Amino acid sequence: MTATTPALDSQAQVSEEIATLDGAAGRQPRLDYPAYRSSVLRHPTKDPEPADPEAAELLGPVFGHSDVGPMEADLTIQAGGEPVGERTVVTGRVLDGEGRPVRRQLVEIWQANAGGRYAHQRDQHPAALDPHFTGVGRCLTDDEGTYRFTTIKPGPYPWRNHRNAWRPAHIHFSMFGREFTQRLITQMYFPGDPLFALDPIYQSVTDPAARARLVASYDHDVTTHEWATGYRWDIVLTGSHATPLEEDDRA
Amino acid sequence: MPEPLPPTPGQTVGPFFGYALPYDDDHRLVPPATPGAVRLHGWVLDGAGEPVPDALLEIRQADAAGRVPQVEGALRRDGSVFTGWGRCATDPGGHYSFTTVEPGPVDGRAPVLAVAVFARGLLDVLFTRIYLPGAQDPFLDGLAPDRRATLLAEREEDGSLRFDVRLQGPDETVFLTR
Repeated sequence: MTATTPALDSQAQVSEEIATLDGAAGRQPRLDYPAYRSSVLRHPTKDPEPADPEAAELLGPVFGHSDVGPMEADLTIQAGGEPVGERTVVTGRVLDGEGRPVRRQLVEIWQANAGGRYAHQRDQHPAALDPHFTGVGRCLTDDEGTYRFTTIKPGPYPWRNHRNAWRPAHIHFSMFGREFTQRLITQMYFPGDPLFALDPIYQSVTDPAARARLVASYDHDVTTHEWATGYRWDIVLTGSHATPLEEDDRA
Repeated sequence: MPEPLPPTPGQTVGPFFGYALPYDDDHRLVPPATPGAVRLHGWVLDGAGEPVPDALLEIRQADAAGRVPQVEGALRRDGSVFTGWGRCATDPGGHYSFTTVEPGPVDGRAPVLAVAVFARGLLDVLFTRIYLPGAQDPFLDGLAPDRRATLLAEREEDGSLRFDVRLQGPDETVFLTR
């Protein structure tokens, strides 16, 4: 710590701020959530404007097998050797708000390694880099909307939001829907993490039922004999503008 | 219609997407030498007017003839296909730059580029639009003039389009409901 570093608030202070908003309505994170210090100057203060969707908003980008190779879904084979940590399969379905599978659409993930370190030059956490793990993957959903990644369970890691701040272990997920405005970037967490209550990013979704949707389930049917543990996590995008009839016409 | 399923909440893109989401030619919807190619660039700024060096913008648009492409190939661009989608992370100075073509009108509506904004410190995606300079549109007409101006790109002397994203403050960009 240098003399120019401002004093960091305590976990107790941040936990108190989290508690004041906990349970408030809202299925999405509160953009104005000061317990997450970096959000203070980075959230809009005016209400979003409703607008009739334009064609470019109704039609999401299209990705295909020319974009993504099948090996990109296995994060354990990308760097010339077995990475350290708990090999795990994460799978689930991407659905739209009407419950329909989002077919043949791009899913991207990135994550820390088993020690909680990202292969990113800005990550200064003094945990070991793993030469056999980059922590980046991509896949396309299949006709049922299913994605599947083989990876290493990431570790929790410290950050400087406040003193002794630790992020619960998570995998960053990026999804596209049929419509551009169904775009979603979020984080998947692992069940039972003791850091949930302390983490202002997770707690920025103040409705407990809504933030529970960010947590995968352990699934022994995904776990494979003598190979990998398994987790299941389904993702629901926001509802589409198109009516079901229009959707059928387009299919 | 059945009750919609509750959506999975968003979460911030965080600080470490830079080695995962950007890729070669992500910001080049067309090769720079393409006839009609235009530079679309600007800065992402926070509520103190400071540049945001860890933001990510994605754009979605029609081609010059007003068709919104539904073709693959945006992740491994071969220069021959216009996919109408691109991605650009801001640089350490908070600047982004796309190379694209100006979209044509779709069904007689004002040409528009749809924009998704992500950043560290921003807990969920924001959507906005870039209209071309001088655009007339009923949606723009419904906004107060100073708010309307935040959605209009400016033409620079070299022909580039300039569009800044202000996340907060008196000149805050108009963001849209989904």
